[in-house]
Amino acid sequence: MLRKTLLIVIVIVVIAGGAAAALAWRPTIEPVPRPAAASFDPALVKRGGELAAIGDCATCHTAPGGRAFAGGLALPTPFGTIYSTNITPDEQTGIGAWSEEAFRRALWEGVDRGGRHLYPAFPYDHFTLIDERDVSALYAFLMTREPVTAPAPANKLPFPLNFRPLLAGWKLLFLHTGRFQPDPNQSAEWNRGAYLARGLAHCGACHTPRNAFGARKKDRAFAGGEAEGWTAYALDANSPAPTRWDAAALAFYLHNGWHRYHGVACGPMSEVIENLSTVQSEEVKAIATYMASVAGPGSDARRGKANAQARQANGPGVAIYAAACATCHDAGRPPPYGGIDLARSTGPSGPTARNVIDVILWGLPAQDEQRRPVMPGFAGTLKDRQLADLLAYVRARFSDKQPWTDVDKDIRDARAGGSRIYPAPSPPSAPAAPGREEARQ
Amino acid sequence: MKLNVNGRDHDVDAEPDTPLLYVLRDHLELNGAKFGCGLGQCGACTVMIDDEAVFSCLTPILLLKGRRITTVEGLGSAGNPNPLQRAFIEEQAAQCGYCIAGMIMRAQALLKRNPSPSREDIRTALQPNLCRCGTHMRILRAVERAVGKRTAAAEGGR
Amino acid sequence: MSAHLTRRRVLAGAGALVVSFSSATQLLAQQPPAPQGEGAGNLPGSLKKSPFIDSWVRIDADGVTVFTGKAELGQGIKTALLQVAAEQLDVSFAAVKLVTADTARTANEEYTAGSQSMQESGTAIMHAAAQARAILVDEAARRFGVDVDQVKTEDGVAWAPDGRTLRYGELVSDQFLHVQAQPQSPLKDPATFKIVGRPQQRVDIPAKVTGGEAYVQDLRLPGMVHARVVRPPSYGAKLDAVDTAEVEKMPGVVKIVRDGNFLAVVAQREFQAVKAMRKLAAAARWHEEPRLPNQSDLAQAVLASPARDYAILDRRQPGVAAAKKLEATYTRPYQMHGSIGPSCAVARRDGETTTVWSHTQGVYPDRDAIAGMLRNTKENIRCIHVEGSGCYGHNGADDAAADAALTAQAVPGTPVRVQWMREQEHAWEPYGPAMVTKISAALDSSGTIVDWDFAVWSNTHSMRPGGAGALVAAQSLAQPFTPPEPKPIPQPAGGGDRNAIPPYHIASARVLHHFIPDMPVRVSALRALGGYMNVFTIESFMDELAAAAGADPVEFRLRHLDDKRARDVVTTAAERFGWSSFSRAAGRGRGFAFARYKNLAAYCAIAAEAEVDRETGRARLVRAVAAIDSGQAVNPNGIANQTEGAILQSASWTLYESVTFDDTRITSVDWSTYPILRFDAVPDSIEVHVINRPGQPFLGSGEAGQGPAAAAVANAVADATGHRFRDLPLTRRRIKQALGA
Repeated sequence: MLRKTLLIVIVIVVIAGGAAAALAWRPTIEPVPRPAAASFDPALVKRGGELAAIGDCATCHTAPGGRAFAGGLALPTPFGTIYSTNITPDEQTGIGAWSEEAFRRALWEGVDRGGRHLYPAFPYDHFTLIDERDVSALYAFLMTREPVTAPAPANKLPFPLNFRPLLAGWKLLFLHTGRFQPDPNQSAEWNRGAYLARGLAHCGACHTPRNAFGARKKDRAFAGGEAEGWTAYALDANSPAPTRWDAAALAFYLHNGWHRYHGVACGPMSEVIENLSTVQSEEVKAIATYMASVAGPGSDARRGKANAQARQANGPGVAIYAAACATCHDAGRPPPYGGIDLARSTGPSGPTARNVIDVILWGLPAQDEQRRPVMPGFAGTLKDRQLADLLAYVRARFSDKQPWTDVDKDIRDARAGGSRIYPAPSPPSAPAAPGREEARQ
Repeated sequence: MKLNVNGRDHDVDAEPDTPLLYVLRDHLELNGAKFGCGLGQCGACTVMIDDEAVFSCLTPILLLKGRRITTVEGLGSAGNPNPLQRAFIEEQAAQCGYCIAGMIMRAQALLKRNPSPSREDIRTALQPNLCRCGTHMRILRAVERAVGKRTAAAEGGR
Repeated sequence: MSAHLTRRRVLAGAGALVVSFSSATQLLAQQPPAPQGEGAGNLPGSLKKSPFIDSWVRIDADGVTVFTGKAELGQGIKTALLQVAAEQLDVSFAAVKLVTADTARTANEEYTAGSQSMQESGTAIMHAAAQARAILVDEAARRFGVDVDQVKTEDGVAWAPDGRTLRYGELVSDQFLHVQAQPQSPLKDPATFKIVGRPQQRVDIPAKVTGGEAYVQDLRLPGMVHARVVRPPSYGAKLDAVDTAEVEKMPGVVKIVRDGNFLAVVAQREFQAVKAMRKLAAAARWHEEPRLPNQSDLAQAVLASPARDYAILDRRQPGVAAAKKLEATYTRPYQMHGSIGPSCAVARRDGETTTVWSHTQGVYPDRDAIAGMLRNTKENIRCIHVEGSGCYGHNGADDAAADAALTAQAVPGTPVRVQWMREQEHAWEPYGPAMVTKISAALDSSGTIVDWDFAVWSNTHSMRPGGAGALVAAQSLAQPFTPPEPKPIPQPAGGGDRNAIPPYHIASARVLHHFIPDMPVRVSALRALGGYMNVFTIESFMDELAAAAGADPVEFRLRHLDDKRARDVVTTAAERFGWSSFSRAAGRGRGFAFARYKNLAAYCAIAAEAEVDRETGRARLVRAVAAIDSGQAVNPNGIANQTEGAILQSASWTLYESVTFDDTRITSVDWSTYPILRFDAVPDSIEVHVINRPGQPFLGSGEAGQGPAAAAVANAVADATGHRFRDLPLTRRRIKQALGA
């Protein structure tokens, strides 16, 4: 009897394993000689460049100090560290031997040219929405970049997560391939925005919470997530922003990296906006229109711009804020270069203190000799106790939320994190710095 | 309020919100840390607090109870400069010199945590500090000299 | 070799008058002829205006003191002048004391500017020291009872052949050196130099790296109080009202000074002054008017401004046969000095006199202007130079001195220290003017330039000396002083037209200077003046011509350069760079440039390698190799230091810098809104090769690198990208936009 059961179990496992293997297997697509750059229509290449900026490709596929698109950036995930790949058209170490079909399959199905499954750190669950024409443009753009010899470092994933065929199971559960379907009840602009935001721009990759398998919770789109230790705020009705985002504010912010009623972009969002600031305004407006509808009308208390409530707060943080922060943050110098009005900033209202901690500790550094808002870091100045006191004050004074919990742990994590320090975006309004006109936005 | 500066305790009669820079210069009459911007953008005011480089222009003294403050005067004197200061003299790493004390403190903090930095490490560490005269190459060479990566023989203007 | 210089001969010629230094001006009116019948006008360098030897060199029992009307700006002039003096006097370097610019003690050498310190002061000190030594030798010979030829000097001691010695201090007597200099001096043979031409460590560096007292910011006088000015938010803003009641009650506040639109607060402690200033600024109500040009259309605004035209070179021949013609327009925005230490000054009023300690480049003109502002006499104002941070020309120093002097009037007997804030220095310093240049040239079939037409549009590049009207404080008073009429600086030095005349051999050429008097934005001298933009233009265009001629850029320049010293720096820089064996790595290119500063100072050639990231548009200087000929090199390390600095500063201007403003206010008010080079953009290496010319006149070197560095970088960027950029600065956005996809 036992032997029969064992035999049935073995057969089931073998069949299941075979089926799984069959499911997991993807054919290799034959390599092609790298297409000549001149063979691509310049207009298509230009379009592809814009799309790549919207898709923020360079941000993940470029290592700090490395060549553009040559990969090598370490992406911390809950499962281990994944390194981005080289997507320059280098034939040995990049995608130079990839046909357009292979490229498309990677975006739509998360499979590389050799048939290996890609980790969804590469957000193909979003890119599957991109239409074929835009895929062609992206292909044209990437194939005309400077080829760089740079093999991607090996991922640091524990067994069995480093066994790629397992990803087939993940995809079975969580990947729904297929192009974007416009909503006929919405405007063309809204649909364009939805197409970009849900697809190429993959906003939900950071702004949507994930389950234990690292997949987005489909019923909680834009309800808030995280990226590299930073909180990516909820963009739906749960948005903690003191002032409701409307389409105009969002469009301005996504283009410039700041808004006088919301503050300055920090953390990984700063890089997103550095890319978006190079994109045509209609595309950004479309994304803003869509995201504004995601945000919803909001409660009356948060509607409108004049929303900074004066609150009292006590404790040792009062003196610290007054002495170390107020000289910039209460100086009334117009944004984005003046210290932002913290009553407007989402940071103090966020679900955890983590974003605020990172900004206080590491600041917003000067970088690349571009005009951008800068803030010094206070990591050496503040002891953990002082920082916690300051955070308690900031929370009480600049938000209407309950005190943060786990502050001490968040401070320790931030200090130990070795997190990248992000500069604020450089406003594209060159050559003038914004004067009073722009500050009136 | 009691402050520990360069190994000595000082009783300072200043408002708690006074930035350390003004206490160092105005009360303790130390010249090293300088006013360059008061905004944490230029680093001329850089000192060390418990071995970390900070902008003294933005550090109110109320935060500094029990902390160890080090300024360039605490590293050495003209008659007895420490190895880093000596390296700056040997490399003649100064033009107007206004930024140099801040550079030295930022570099000293680097050496405390990384005794053998690469040139890339030094550049990254000194990024918060500005030099308007263009003395950067000599500043880099001076720090390298201090860690023994340069000898007098390796000259030639590089 | 001139006749021996003896004190007796000099005195006999001069009439043996013993007068104090301050009466020197009266003396000049009664100038008796010098022995050879040559007048004071023939004296070298600043001796022309201050012919007495003891204006420059004094010796007493304690030792040797040298005086200069020039100021240490961080360029190492103190050390260089000490070297010159020590060498000619035969004393050890360490034995000489130096007194720098002080209206009560030193000669009037106007400004430490235009890279003229060695030419003017160095030359004067060199000759004065040499003549002083001769006078000492003559006295020693007399006392030893030997011929002058038999006296040797070394280390401040005169030696007789039989071994008897007399220290210099023993040889002197009262007014010993109060004699007029002679046109010729018994200068030492450069081949025997022991101090000049050697890498002498700078005397000021040890204090600067160890926290010693080194700057005017470090000055602490007994009873000193601290002041801050509340500057208007824009040029010409009027102070409508300010309620000072709350500020007066703040801790430590001593006084509030208001005179028209001038507003300042004085307090016991420095931070008290800062806090009071903030509160006072918040309480002030200003009336402002929009009067600034449109920033995004600045070049058009420059071209449209009324201008006076000067043809500074006009040998254009009609009907020149040309195989190829090229033309181009280049633009430059306002750029700032951006001194790392905002300006500072200390002043104390004692009765009718006021003493001012300032880092102004010109203590005499600033003293005159302050005297005018205070409606006092010059004799009652004393201005003493104390080092500040690098000024690179006319920054806020003169104005901070005026602020201190003005504020000090309100608290007599108490020294007042005025420190400008960063935002004030950024917004109120006079900038390097916005400029436009247009150039066209023709090549013949052999690739030689046969025709050249250059025009430059610019404001004045100097508002000094300007009297009281040039001072911001004086312009703000209830009874204000009006700014002086701007004037062009005449050739050969030039202002906006500095270096507008090309150094190349071109038979048919014209150079026009369109001088624009209207200055909606405050401007004055910034290091190299028009030389930066004009050399950037000419040397960029030379590359464009070379390309059209199918010629190598270095060889093309040599084709048109006659001056041997010019050719030497060009070939040296090219060789040391490895120009002929250069191989272009991906994204990289090389560029070359040459200029002789002011066409009469130092020669400088620079070869540069740059890297451009096509994806971001970011350009970076990778390495630079320079060759510079400064004539007799006094401190070669100092020359190299200045040239390295010029290259990096110019690279920063060229790649990043432009002042920004809206219709009313300057908006570049700190380093976030006016970013400059940081360590992330510093090149891999800079080499400077100093070509020493022993015995040749000193040639000003502090500004020689600015123009060539700009063009070398731009040419390297053009070589790397295949695209020519003519609008400064070469920002990332501009490069990325031009490169397209």
